[in-house]
Amino acid sequence: MKLRQWIVALFALLRLRRRRPPSDEPGRLVEAGPPAPRGELAVIALLVLAALAAALFVVFYGIGASTQALGGALAGALGLIAAALIVAGKLLVVDEELPGHYPEPDPSEQESVGRIVAESGSRITRKRLLGAAAGTAGGALGAALIAPAVSLGPVFDPSPLYDTPWRRGRRLVDSSGEPLLATSIATGSFYTAFPQGAANSLLGAPVVVVRLPEDELELPPERVTWAPDGILAFSKVCTHAGCAIALYRTPKFEPVQPRPALVCPCHYSAFEPATGGQVLFGPAGRPLPQLPLAIDAGGALIAAGGYSGAVGPSWSGVRDEPPS
Amino acid sequence: MRRDPLQEPIRFLDERAGAAPLLRKALRYLFPDHWSFLLGEVALYAFVVLVGTGIYLALFFEPSLADTVYNGAYAPLQGRTMSEAYRSALDLSFEVDAGLLMRQTHHWAADVFVAAIVLHLLRIFFTGAYRKPRELTYLVGLTMLMAALLEGYLGYSLVDDLLSGMGLAIGYSVGLSVPVVGGDLGLLIWGAPFPGDPAFQSRMYIAHVLLLPALIAGLIGLHLALVASRHHTQFRRLGAQTERRLVGVPTFPGQAPRSLGLMFAVAAMLFALGGLVQINPIWLWGPYELALGTNGAQPDWYLGWLIGALRLVPGFDVTIGDYTLIANPFWGGVLLPGIVFAVLFALPWLERRFTGDHATHNLLDRPRDAPGRTAFGFAFLSWVFMIFVAGSADRVTVFFGIDYASQIWFYRFAVWVVPVLVFFAARRLCRELQRAEQIERSQEEAEAEGRLVGR
Repeated sequence: MKLRQWIVALFALLRLRRRRPPSDEPGRLVEAGPPAPRGELAVIALLVLAALAAALFVVFYGIGASTQALGGALAGALGLIAAALIVAGKLLVVDEELPGHYPEPDPSEQESVGRIVAESGSRITRKRLLGAAAGTAGGALGAALIAPAVSLGPVFDPSPLYDTPWRRGRRLVDSSGEPLLATSIATGSFYTAFPQGAANSLLGAPVVVVRLPEDELELPPERVTWAPDGILAFSKVCTHAGCAIALYRTPKFEPVQPRPALVCPCHYSAFEPATGGQVLFGPAGRPLPQLPLAIDAGGALIAAGGYSGAVGPSWSGVRDEPPS
Repeated sequence: MRRDPLQEPIRFLDERAGAAPLLRKALRYLFPDHWSFLLGEVALYAFVVLVGTGIYLALFFEPSLADTVYNGAYAPLQGRTMSEAYRSALDLSFEVDAGLLMRQTHHWAADVFVAAIVLHLLRIFFTGAYRKPRELTYLVGLTMLMAALLEGYLGYSLVDDLLSGMGLAIGYSVGLSVPVVGGDLGLLIWGAPFPGDPAFQSRMYIAHVLLLPALIAGLIGLHLALVASRHHTQFRRLGAQTERRLVGVPTFPGQAPRSLGLMFAVAAMLFALGGLVQINPIWLWGPYELALGTNGAQPDWYLGWLIGALRLVPGFDVTIGDYTLIANPFWGGVLLPGIVFAVLFALPWLERRFTGDHATHNLLDRPRDAPGRTAFGFAFLSWVFMIFVAGSADRVTVFFGIDYASQIWFYRFAVWVVPVLVFFAARRLCRELQRAEQIERSQEEAEAEGRLVGR
């Protein structure tokens, strides 16, 4: 009894084997391989899970769930499809490595291309002149088509680069438009000010105001009157790369860097207010432009003139006198 | 016999488009099997995610610098005056369902896109895959990298948050620093002195959503067409591969599930990052105002080398009398990327010059097989990497208290010394590896001989 069962089972197994086509059938283009029902099951399961995750994403979206839930669900769906494909690639697809050939260039093809071009031009006697004419036409047309690009900006006219809204007598106001009083400027702190009645967004508009003890000032002789009561103003725009000077280094402990400095947080150019904005360290190639100050009858800070130099990052010609 | 359901559509296509021979070739195109060949595909699939998420963002983003007062969901910024661009970026982050997911995924995808391109480039470099007959493929790839860098920069500049504005100020300064024509160039691109004409936002927008993506897409097509035309390179394994004979897995059925699986895996990773890992929380930076700056500002990683260079250069403009010839940002912002890309573009011809090797190469070198190239590559890489690391000196000061100026002085020398050391170390290492292999091989031969004699 037992033996018969064994024999039946063996036959069944053999027939099963025979019905599946593991052998190399002649004339096949794609290599044959054994089926992998478990792999199929795994792929199907992964795809079903992916569908569930995708549906979950829709549900999450519908109830306005968090970004984390949305991202997790969508990533889950995509990741499960990825897993299904990888399992399919590993288990359900034959693992063929086939030989092939790299393409070899054909010299006769190259030659015929050259000959077609050369022979097509055999009627032309004045090749150079024709070429020159075509080149002239092409170049002129190209220039004509590019010319309207000049409308993009005031090219050939650098004067806007020198524009600043500061004039003698113009009040310094804070960001809410209130005048800056000389008495409100404390040492060790720094203030941002704007020209009264001008747009704050102009490159030349914002200035940084600091107060130093007057005996610490080492301004050039022509600027000794520019800092009433030790109050100095500089353009807030770094002369290196145009970022706002947003840091004021005033050591409150045993100083590592001994002198107060206005520092740009983009590339850490450090400018010394005491010497009129000279570069202490960092990549800036020009001092920070200083704005001469005065104090009016009401104690408010006003500009006593324009900047000591061009505002903003350098360009060729930056050191020229601004056009008047 | 059951009829093949595919027969009808295939016949339809072939009779009308002559598609059968092409499809047959495409389905049996051979992909040599090596993991490093997938790096380029990662970049391709990141680009697909970028286009998809980018289109979604464009449906909500308003590229306008017009002033508006914020009244949206994020309380700390309520009442602030800001541009419509920043306002709409905040709204799509806080008030559009799935908007933040798409924005963060877009940003992550951009970072991964460039990273994958750079890793792919390193693979191409160190295996000599740029050699004849694949120089054109290589040049197209490099052009894509340049376009990708600019595209990423424009992307985070469009938002008009504080970091956007600081980055644009630097870009403007770099433009201005070009000798002689810089001032005109800056005014031409920006339309007015920084922050520029309001139309500048429209110029960035059209470049970011149309011109550069179209360029990159076109170059991807060209890149792939060129790859297919000359076929993939391959590593030498088991002696089955030669310069004329390649061994690989056919597109279908072997490669297709792998490649598609990779596509879904890349997309899954990017959406997981976009959903779970915060990136560029624009609401923390606030709107850009010219007079504002923040400490610790860092660009996206792929521009880190430029900020490092801008910080390292000592403070000088090149002047002739009173005439400024070269403004300082030129060195870090124009010259460094100029040199790096010039060397990369010239590489196939430089190598030919140095080695006199004009042959066709379908077989890849391992890095040790070409000690000169590998040593140069590592030296060059370490040069750029040291400059990149120098860009983080400010953070090192904050976290470890090491004086900033001392670090910058260290890097000013280290960026020149380290590459030289790296060159000799890498060349030595390659030669040692070669020698070790030789010894191993001769030992094996001797053993084999010994066995023969022993018989």
